[in-house]
Amino acid sequence: MDGEQTVLAIKNLTVAYRIGDRWFEAIRDIELSIEGGQIYGLVGESGSGKTTLAMSILNYLGESGRILKGSIVFDGEEISNFPKEKMRSYWGRKISLVPQNPLSSLNPTLPVGEQVQEVLRLHLKMSEAEARRRVLELFERVRLAEPQRVARSYPHQISGGMQQRVMIAMALATSPRLLLLDEPTTSLDVTTQASILDLIKELIRGQEMAVLYVTHNLGVVVELCHRVAVLYAGELVEDAALQDLFQQPLHPYTFGLLKSVPKLGQNKRDQVLSAIPGQIPALAQRGSGCIFQARCPIALDLCAERPPLERVNPLRSTRCHRWQELARQEISLEELFETEGEAINAAMPVQVKSETAALDAQGIVVEFQSQHSFFESLTRHSPKVKAVKDVSIRIEPGDTLGLVGESGSGKTSLARAISGLNEPEAGSIRIYGLPAAPKLSRRSRDVLRRLQMVFQNPEEALNPFMTVGESLRRQLFVLQGIRGEEAQRLAEEMIRAVQLPVDVLNRRPNQLSGGEKQRIAIARAFITNPDVVIADEPVSSLDVSVQAAILNLINRLQGNFNNGLLFISHDLAVVSYLADQITVIYLGALMQLCRAADLFKPPYHPYTEALLSAVPSVDLGKKAQNIRLEGDLPSPTENITGCPFHSRCPRKIGEICEHQPPPWRVDESTQKRIYCHYNLEELSQLQSPILDVGL
Amino acid sequence: MVKYLIRRLSFLFLTLLITSMVIFSVTQLLPGDVARVILGREAGEAALQALREELGLNDPIPVQYTRWLVNFVRGDWGRSYSTKSEIRPQVVQRLRNSLMLAAVILVISVPLAIFLGVIAGLNENKWIDNVISIASLAVVGLPEFVTGLVLIQIFSFRLRLLPANSSIRPTTSFIEALPMLILPALTATLVLLAYIARLTRAGVIEELKQQYVRTADLKGLPYRMVIFKHVLRNALIPTITVIAISMGWLISGLIVIENVFNYPGLGRLMVFAIDRRDLPLLQAVTMVAVLGFALSNLIADILYAVLDPRIRLG
Repeated sequence: MDGEQTVLAIKNLTVAYRIGDRWFEAIRDIELSIEGGQIYGLVGESGSGKTTLAMSILNYLGESGRILKGSIVFDGEEISNFPKEKMRSYWGRKISLVPQNPLSSLNPTLPVGEQVQEVLRLHLKMSEAEARRRVLELFERVRLAEPQRVARSYPHQISGGMQQRVMIAMALATSPRLLLLDEPTTSLDVTTQASILDLIKELIRGQEMAVLYVTHNLGVVVELCHRVAVLYAGELVEDAALQDLFQQPLHPYTFGLLKSVPKLGQNKRDQVLSAIPGQIPALAQRGSGCIFQARCPIALDLCAERPPLERVNPLRSTRCHRWQELARQEISLEELFETEGEAINAAMPVQVKSETAALDAQGIVVEFQSQHSFFESLTRHSPKVKAVKDVSIRIEPGDTLGLVGESGSGKTSLARAISGLNEPEAGSIRIYGLPAAPKLSRRSRDVLRRLQMVFQNPEEALNPFMTVGESLRRQLFVLQGIRGEEAQRLAEEMIRAVQLPVDVLNRRPNQLSGGEKQRIAIARAFITNPDVVIADEPVSSLDVSVQAAILNLINRLQGNFNNGLLFISHDLAVVSYLADQITVIYLGALMQLCRAADLFKPPYHPYTEALLSAVPSVDLGKKAQNIRLEGDLPSPTENITGCPFHSRCPRKIGEICEHQPPPWRVDESTQKRIYCHYNLEELSQLQSPILDVGL
Repeated sequence: MVKYLIRRLSFLFLTLLITSMVIFSVTQLLPGDVARVILGREAGEAALQALREELGLNDPIPVQYTRWLVNFVRGDWGRSYSTKSEIRPQVVQRLRNSLMLAAVILVISVPLAIFLGVIAGLNENKWIDNVISIASLAVVGLPEFVTGLVLIQIFSFRLRLLPANSSIRPTTSFIEALPMLILPALTATLVLLAYIARLTRAGVIEELKQQYVRTADLKGLPYRMVIFKHVLRNALIPTITVIAISMGWLISGLIVIENVFNYPGLGRLMVFAIDRRDLPLLQAVTMVAVLGFALSNLIADILYAVLDPRIRLG
């Protein structure tokens, strides 16, 4: 069979959703065709319409969605007008979907094995016994350990990575012609994501299947795809082979997207992120001109008219009036995107060791009761979960400490303990030498003022009934007793500092976008000039193109105020960009502590090594080695002796790791500290650089 | 699962113990002198004192409570002040009647309500959903004595199909009683129907939004299978547990219906005991009612665990 056959061809596709009694076009004039054996990346932020496109291909838009025009030809057959009942013989047989969230996509009250069997029995007409046997084979193919046990399990009994393997097994069970993957790794941890990507690569390679991989993560695209289509606000703005797109983007949005994501090894001291100003226009605000016009640094009058999707060459197209200038390199986008802040960068103090740290937390222990109800606590002694085990951190004024760890690592528990939101079991916290009580209610106003926090989700962090001005002034009044005109003046100053117009002060949170809300949350944290700011995943709920601007903002404010910053993230690239020092945390214990610049050089803690190796990178063709972790994070109630990481460590020495807690290995010259039974020389010999940092 | 059961059972006993204390103290605190109630206005102080002594009313409250509880558990529920007969056979007889009625109510209302609820939920906001929702709400708005009387008017007086009076005798067998049970059961059904149907409808609508339904659809499963195998399995869990919980109400809470049809159930016995200030009888009936509520809650919990592996396997 020849793999060059076109499996899916989409022409002029426009899909609208009904909101109230008006129809809004969610995607417009999409052109896309995928051949057998091809893995096509579809990149877009939230609101770009990428999921709408995937659902249109499946003809599964729901009651409020409708294909207004265009055609979808699948295997030579026009399917866009098929009724639902006719599509049922295509779904699961010829076109399969692997969705974003595997837990909610599996039926909670059926064993997962049975859920896969259904597909086999329905489409391949297998008997129950045959299907049962086949499911075990499929589970082995997707590398599920103990397929028998997994098949009998209910979805909630297996980990997120295993659930996604089940979904992949289900999608591949019938060897479909077209496989749609809708952000299949977005809800997973980076190490799990890496092994799922490996699996997808391995299973798809050499098949005649056509694959559409929908994602917002450019790094994932590099790992996996042959071609990429970039979607912005419902329009396909660029479509090219992977290499071409990354080497020379011919649309300003693509360029901005590539530049706004921090790359592994990039640091704030070397380079300011280029942020795309503004945000994606909402469905109702999409005009008739170029869709990117409002945020584009090279927009002309001519851009008020919508550019057509033009062919650059037979394999490449773009939707920009000025692509030819870009192609001939007559305009350079490099300097055009927001790069302010450089001056401040230079003025930033280069870590001076002072006597008093901005934040000095020693021996923090956080425990949770694992009970479920009041009655349970009466009848039996429920085990305690140690979320943070004797962790000490220190942040100098003007310094940023990056805290990296996967979900369940205890990074948020640590942050909440320091901020007093969860009372730590043990440990001492000092802010500029001033002791902070473990309990929030016992902290003085002064301590509260000195320690502020920015939360992950700005939607929940702001009081919806207060205007922005009220929120900011209240902070000033409660913590510093400032009121009246003085408070108003400070609020206005702060609003300008976070680059918002002053009239935002009179608005309520529901009138602001996600990025604007996070700016307000940041303004509120900085307005009282705190000594320490804790930022817990402040950009992870934001779109990529908005992220960069927020990171630049945090960076600049910290430079101005010279406070200590504890920056928490699961994203290594983001952390290493913003941080001066980095700590890596696993199961509530610190694994490694080092300067950001030294993170990428061996020796590493084996866990750090696995994390680094797992990050899908935007750089083409790098990556020396792939280190993958076996199994899942141990259950928090499990009592682990020795090194916390021993159960998954790819470099485990032997019994010593299981029984004896490792020593801290310290490199005197760089102050790199690693918690491992190997000494630093041994680790250096075993490990190779994850990426070339010869910048 | 075993642990879950043990936990639930011990919870049940704790509930019963606490409610027994409440029942005992509340009935003791009621105004009025029991001896005076029994002997009447004309009785002399000496006779009253003698009777108080005999009934143990002069002992401290905790002693009275323990004695009462121990006797109750042993099966000695005492004698009624008003009828002077053994309480237990009376209560057991009434309980049997109430259980028969409850069984008939469940058999009629549950399949009907679930059917209507599922139909409504699958056709959210379409005409059939509106018809079902409006009709069931209209019926639930009417008090039982109105719907009961209307049913009697239609089925007993006009059509002459069913008796209007349901005063069965203690010796009446279930089969013999059945025709007399239907009208009260229909009346109760009209009350329950809207409630269960709306709950079912909400459950179906909620589950249809879940992503696993999309997965089931996109497997290519026929619509019927998506609904029966995937949606209803989850959508009916809350309905089934609520039906189990409503058993308690069916056993002892049908006071109005029992009165309208003159049906000798537990509810009417309770009203009788209150009327006559018959404390031992009231305590016994209330304890049985509480036991009914507690057991139906236990059954609901167990069903919930059986149906939902997330509870069963934590």
